[in-house]
Amino acid sequence: MTKLIEATGLTKHFLVHAGGFLHRNTISLRAVDDVAIDIVTGETLGLVGESGCGKSTLGRLLIRLIPPTAGQIHFDGTDITQLGAAALREKRRSMQIIFQDPYGALNPRMSVEDIIMEPLLIHGARAGAETRGRVAAMLELVGLPPRVRDRFPHEFSGGQRQRIGIARALVLHPKFVVCDEPVSALDVSVQAQIVNLLQDLQRELGLTYLFIAHDLGVVKHISNRVAVMYLGKIVEVADKQTLYTDPLHPYTKALIAAVPVAHPAQRSRGRKEQERLTGDIPSALHPPSGCRFHTRCPHAMPVCREQEPRIIEPAPGRQVACHLIG
Amino acid sequence: MTLLSVTNLTTAFRTSRGEITAVENVSFSLDAGEILGIVGESGSGKSVTALTIMGLLPQPPARVASGEVRFDGQVLTRLSDARMQRIRGPGIAMVFQEPMTSLNPVFSIGEQVMETLRAHERLSQRALYDRSLEMLEKVGIPSAARRMGDYPHQLSGGQRQRVMLAIALACRPRLLIADEPTTALDVTIQAQILDLMMDLRDEFGMAIIVITHNMGVVAETADRVLVMYAGRMVEEAPVARLFDKPLHPYTRGLLECVPSLGQDHDRLVAIPGALPDPARRPSGCRYAPRCAYAIPACSAGIPPLEAFDPNHTAACIRAAELAGT
Repeated sequence: MTKLIEATGLTKHFLVHAGGFLHRNTISLRAVDDVAIDIVTGETLGLVGESGCGKSTLGRLLIRLIPPTAGQIHFDGTDITQLGAAALREKRRSMQIIFQDPYGALNPRMSVEDIIMEPLLIHGARAGAETRGRVAAMLELVGLPPRVRDRFPHEFSGGQRQRIGIARALVLHPKFVVCDEPVSALDVSVQAQIVNLLQDLQRELGLTYLFIAHDLGVVKHISNRVAVMYLGKIVEVADKQTLYTDPLHPYTKALIAAVPVAHPAQRSRGRKEQERLTGDIPSALHPPSGCRFHTRCPHAMPVCREQEPRIIEPAPGRQVACHLIG
Repeated sequence: MTLLSVTNLTTAFRTSRGEITAVENVSFSLDAGEILGIVGESGSGKSVTALTIMGLLPQPPARVASGEVRFDGQVLTRLSDARMQRIRGPGIAMVFQEPMTSLNPVFSIGEQVMETLRAHERLSQRALYDRSLEMLEKVGIPSAARRMGDYPHQLSGGQRQRVMLAIALACRPRLLIADEPTTALDVTIQAQILDLMMDLRDEFGMAIIVITHNMGVVAETADRVLVMYAGRMVEEAPVARLFDKPLHPYTRGLLECVPSLGQDHDRLVAIPGALPDPARRPSGCRYAPRCAYAIPACSAGIPPLEAFDPNHTAACIRAAELAGT
């Protein structure tokens, strides 16, 4: 089990304008705060959490689409936080991303062939027969017929556009792909096609995925391990069976309890009352003191308000940050 | 007692590519206090069905080409705008998927609840305020008295949806139509809003139509389910029966293609292809091009809805034969 990605102390603060006219006052929004995360070669790590918890920011940090405020990221043995522009571009071949919105992620004025070819050209290929051949091979790999290469994004359905986005991400043969909510904008009948495609491609090409999603069912299906994020912090990591059958952190329990049932006979109203979360996720501009989850936690104790829980390892391969455990 | 009945409803839109039917020959009814789930994906016609019932479609380009909507003894599809206005609110109310775009950004939330009450009931300013505050408390807005003066942008997505519910329920409607009420929300907030809708149904005894693409939302809330595909009803059944014994291959596909927490699957059962373009729908059964069970006869004509049980209908010529599989 070699680690493809090892990140420690990873932090991203965004400066936000907070009033003031002559003197612009800014406060920092702590989108990702002191996160340590490993991703093993060949695995799929699922990343879940409510909107605004920092999961997309974390995904973008790991491939250095945005620079971190602090912390290190080792990718395949190299510290990519220290790389200059040229060296980083070279590394980018190995790290790619698939976006949520297949309508917004493709340039509407470019043909499918140009869209998929662009990464190759950026990385030094020439627009000749060989490069076109690689594009054709990619189209076939993602299940699109060769004749679509001269068409434009608006001519495709959402699922087909996502296939184009996947072809663009994979044409450079990356090792690591961040899948940022790749199916949540698609019709449910089409989601399964894309999930199956991502799994097939992983097997064929030996890819490592970070799969970001808010749908816990899809994450469970595709992941080997799952990390749960809350307000910029990772609160629990475990292999998926353990996480879904025996969650430790009260937030993980609440997330799983909130998933609608699969059959009306299991209707949960009232039954899961004690695990239901009340209220909304607090603002990352003013995160609660101590454990950030204490304002919504049904088991909060005085210590939770004062002290931030450290990440502990209650069992091998399992991590959790909660005062109730340990 | 039947509260709402929709009979052979067809709604069409005039477009540059000719007239397109968004909803075709849809019939169903709803009793007082009942929750009906309407399930479908984009382009299935579920939202247009709701907007036709509410009389909220601009005509033209929309046109009710045939059929009628009967609510509490009145034929809504024949009412004047002014009379329809009196039904919306105390009769039928609606909440939408996007609480941000449905609320007016320049009025406080308290004012928006009061506006609805003012339109339908003669109340003193004091009574208006009290009733609005009571509604906001009922839908779970924390420290509601202090939040009455807040504007929509100051609220989170979940709270905005609560305000939408407060506005919709202010006049105690007998039917609430919720169009994808939780699609824009996180699962934790979705669970809160669904619980709240069920509590309010128990308290007010209103009927609810829940429109969704999420079978989980249906499993949590509905008494009866209607499945739509490309503008037409393909199946209708009581909720437990639909989940236990789905007859239409599309319903089966919808139930199978979503991974559940309780089961492990090696591979998801995908429905091939994509939803048809409304201007280029296949002749015959509209699901046939994507259907694993399609035979040549499926393209011959649109299959009619047939009853396989007094409460269970499906529009598939092979439904009886597939029921045993």
